[in-house]
This record gives sequence, structure tokens and C-alpha cells, in this order.
Amino acid sequence: MIEVWYTLVDSIFPFSWVEFDFMKNALLAVLLVSPIFGFLGTIVVNNNMAFFSDAIGHAALTGIAIGVVLGLGDPLWAMLIFAAVLAIGITWTRHKTGASVDTVIGVFFSTTVALGVVILSRGGGFNRYSNYLIGDLLSISPQELTLLAFALLVVLLFWGLFFNRLFLTSINQAVARSRGVNVYVVEMLFSVLLAMFVTISIQWIGILIINALLILPAASARNLAVNMRSYHFLAVVISIVAGLAGLFLSYHWGTATGATIVLCIFVLYLGTIAWKTVSSRWNKYGSRTDRIKSSPDHKAG
Amino acid sequence: MNNRECINDNCAFCCTKLENFGVSIGGNVLLYDVNLHIHCGELTGIIGPNGAGKTTLLKAIVGELPYSGNMSFLDGRGLRTGHPLIGYVPQKLDFGSGVPASVLDFCTACISNVPVWLVHSPGNRRRVWESLARVQAEHLIDRRISELSGGELQRVLLACALNPVPNLLLLDEPVAGVDPRGLKLFYDMVSDLRREHDLSIIMVSHDHQMIAQYADRIVLLNKTVLAEGTPAEVFHNRSFVNLFGRQWNGVYHGQEAATAIHHPEP
Repeated sequence: MIEVWYTLVDSIFPFSWVEFDFMKNALLAVLLVSPIFGFLGTIVVNNNMAFFSDAIGHAALTGIAIGVVLGLGDPLWAMLIFAAVLAIGITWTRHKTGASVDTVIGVFFSTTVALGVVILSRGGGFNRYSNYLIGDLLSISPQELTLLAFALLVVLLFWGLFFNRLFLTSINQAVARSRGVNVYVVEMLFSVLLAMFVTISIQWIGILIINALLILPAASARNLAVNMRSYHFLAVVISIVAGLAGLFLSYHWGTATGATIVLCIFVLYLGTIAWKTVSSRWNKYGSRTDRIKSSPDHKAG
Repeated sequence: MNNRECINDNCAFCCTKLENFGVSIGGNVLLYDVNLHIHCGELTGIIGPNGAGKTTLLKAIVGELPYSGNMSFLDGRGLRTGHPLIGYVPQKLDFGSGVPASVLDFCTACISNVPVWLVHSPGNRRRVWESLARVQAEHLIDRRISELSGGELQRVLLACALNPVPNLLLLDEPVAGVDPRGLKLFYDMVSDLRREHDLSIIMVSHDHQMIAQYADRIVLLNKTVLAEGTPAEVFHNRSFVNLFGRQWNGVYHGQEAATAIHHPEP
């Protein structure tokens, strides 16, 4: 399976930087991870869930710590279960109180990080886990690529089946209810899904920057998009372009891949702001006359 | 079920009944002991001071807030029936200013599960266009919902709430942001809909003058029902005078009929 990809890359990209297998793996990883984050980010940004996803990312430390305490070789399962529990807890609290849960998240956020650091630093051994902070995309294995491909499939499936309900919920909960949407279940599913993907990607992207990969593509796309389709299209394209550029640059500069990708998205983000500013200034006069012409209240009278 | 063929006394959901209806959140009593009958083909206006629980009442009926007591839907013969189709027009939407969603995205998400980020089927686009045309908003179909004016947004929300035609329509009028012309247009539309589809309509209103002209019945709410009846009855009620400081001397809906049936007390 992976050999097919290797031959494909060799024939499509005749560059020196993809001649190593680990670079081919990383290239495929970027192509799988970028759309996932592009998609998830659209709703994270719409729902103002940036703090939530950041908290989930940092909670991975506690997940790792629990894995270590339980003596698991690979802490991924402990991380996943802990992230799911935290996501359910936060969503439940939000529904129970109805208010913004920033403070609640903030409290849990710092406490879980502290707990994780305390357990992991026992005996001065925290350095062993510091690779989780920055992540290492180049270390990804073919088995893990299969996991990522599966993850992308799950996100696409969820987006195909539940997106309208999720979208309606994010616009107005009472309207969503009146259309027969079970708001609570939809939000719960999305929170848990988001927590799973953030946690899975932690080891390659790193706790410190994973949230930027989630927020930046959607935030950039928002500057230019006019509807949900262009929003998604732009978020995914920006995510992939920056991913490829970041991978290439990190190879040449010898820097951490995840962080380099984030810097690339940020450059694109600045580009979208510049574009928006220029085009709105350009269109100012035109759209104003337009608005007067098509104003509904003139027509309605 | 087709409401168009309903005749007043023989309709599928002819009465929405609230009995001992109450809402409390976290120990705070927002509404208590509300008893209401909402008849079909009638526009019931809900008025009351700020914080009276008007929006809370609508949200509880939709199912957004938990309630105590009874809510039942009776058909023309007085038999209890299942949950009716409810259309809900909120006061405002919850998004930030930059949400890149078009009117078409929003309205399609209300009626279909075909993901709006992927495709818009021509059939859905036509259905949305038709529902928007009903409220004179079809030209807004490709606009971003975040750039609509208050009145435009209200009409778009109404169009979505009417597609398909519900049994019970709940309207929460915005406090501000709709110009007087837009407001009158909206009230005219709602009033026509009531006749055309024999709808039960509950409308939270902040504009006593408008609601007095259009409503069949008025409910004065302040955590519970203080007064209910025709506009003339409620606006001359002692509770209304106590709450708002003066009697209302405007024009009422069906004013002659109201005074003929109801002899004002000296």
C-alpha cells in the first residue's frame, strides 16, 4: 500500500527533498492532516471554541501521565480516553449552566496541565516527554498514516451526515431545536470528535502549536469566504498549501515541521487580511450604489 | 397535514394549552403558574416589561429550556395529539459578525440534510427561493446573513420558520434594529399568514401600538399571566396601568367588535 505512494511521489515530485522515505511519509501525513484541520477549524471558529480545543490539546499531558502511571507502553489510549472525558465534561457544564464556560475551561485547563507535569516530572524525567510539546512529523510511520487516513474518512463522513445540524446549532440553538435537531447530542458528538483528532495528532504536531493549525486556516478563510462552500474550500486549500510549504521549508532550514507550517499559515492569514482590505476599498463606491438599488425596503413598499 | 384546508373548529391542532406552566433555572424562577389557551387562526400577542419571561416562554415551548407543568396540543374535537410542527423566529442569531454563511446556506440547513458546504441541489435552491419570495426576500438568497439589516434578517427567519408551514408559529420581535416600515411590513405579513393558513401564532412584542392593531388576543406577562383578553381589555386592565403607568388609548384590532361584546366597566 505504502509502496504505491512511494512510487507515485517519485514520479510526481522529482525533488531531492522527497527522496527519503520519511519525507514521503511526512508529505502524505500533511496531505491527510491538513484537510482534517481545515474542516474541523471551520466550526471551531464559528462556535468560538478556540479555548476549548487548546484546553483539550494541553490535557494530552495529563493523558500521557495517566498512561505512565498505569504502566502503558503507548499512552495514546489513555490520552484519548482522558480527552473524551474532558470534552464531555466541558460540554455538559456548558449545557447545564448555559453561560460561557471560559472560566470553567480555564480552571480545568491549568489544573490538568499542572497535574500532568507533576506526575511526569517525578524524579526529574520530564525531558523524556518534551517531544510531545513540539511534536515530530518526520517520525510518522506507515501504520500511523493508516490511522490518519481513517481519521480523515471519519471527519468526512461526520461532515456529510451531521454538518447541517451542526451548522444550525452554531447559528441558533432554539431554531435548531424547532427543526427537530437534538442540539445536545450534536454538540457532544462534535466535541468528542474534535478531542479525538487533536489528541491523535499531538505526537506529530505538538501540544504548543496544534491549536494554531486548527484556528488559522478557518480564520484566514473567513476573511474571504461568502458562503459555507467557499469557507470550507478556502480553509482546506490554505491548510494544504501552508502544510506543503512548511514541510519543504522545515526540511531546508532544519526546523520543527509543525511550527514551520504554522508560520506559513500565518503568512497566508496576513495575505487574506491584505486582500480583504484592498478589495473592500476597491469596491466601496460600487457596492454602495448597488445596495441602494437593491434595497428590499424600496421594493417592498 | 395541510393547514390550508382547516376550518376554525375542525383543525388538526386547534388549541395549544399550557397548564401550570413554569420555568426555573438554577433556583431562579423565571415563569410560574402560567395557564394559557392559544387558539388556531389567532394571533396572540405577549407583552410585558423587560425580564418578564417573554422570550423564556417561547424557548420553553420550543424545547430549548426545561419546563414544569403541562403543555398539550388539542385538535378540533378536544383530543390530545402529538407534538406539533413549530416554527420559531428568534429575536436575533447567535453568531459573530464574520460568519461566512449565506441566506441560502442557513435556509437549506433548515430543510435538508444535504451538506451545505458541499452542494446545493437545484431543488433545494428553488424551495428556499419560493419560501423567501413569500416574505419578499428572494433577492437576499446569496447575501451573507451577517450583512442583513434587522428587518431583512427577520423576514429571512420568518421564511425559514414557514417552510414547511408549521402548526404553531412563535415570533420573538427584536427590541431594536427594525425600522418602522419594516416593522409594519412584518406585522402585515404575519397577519395575512394567520388568515391564509389558519395558524396559531404567539408573538412577543415590544411595540404596544403595533400589537394592539394586529393581535386578536393579548397576554400581559410578568413571570406569570397578569391579564389576558382582547387588546381593549388588557390595555385598560389595572395591572397594565400599574406596570406601564398609563392606559392605552390607541387603535385596537377589531375595535368595534370588542367594545360591542365587552361592555367596559365604569
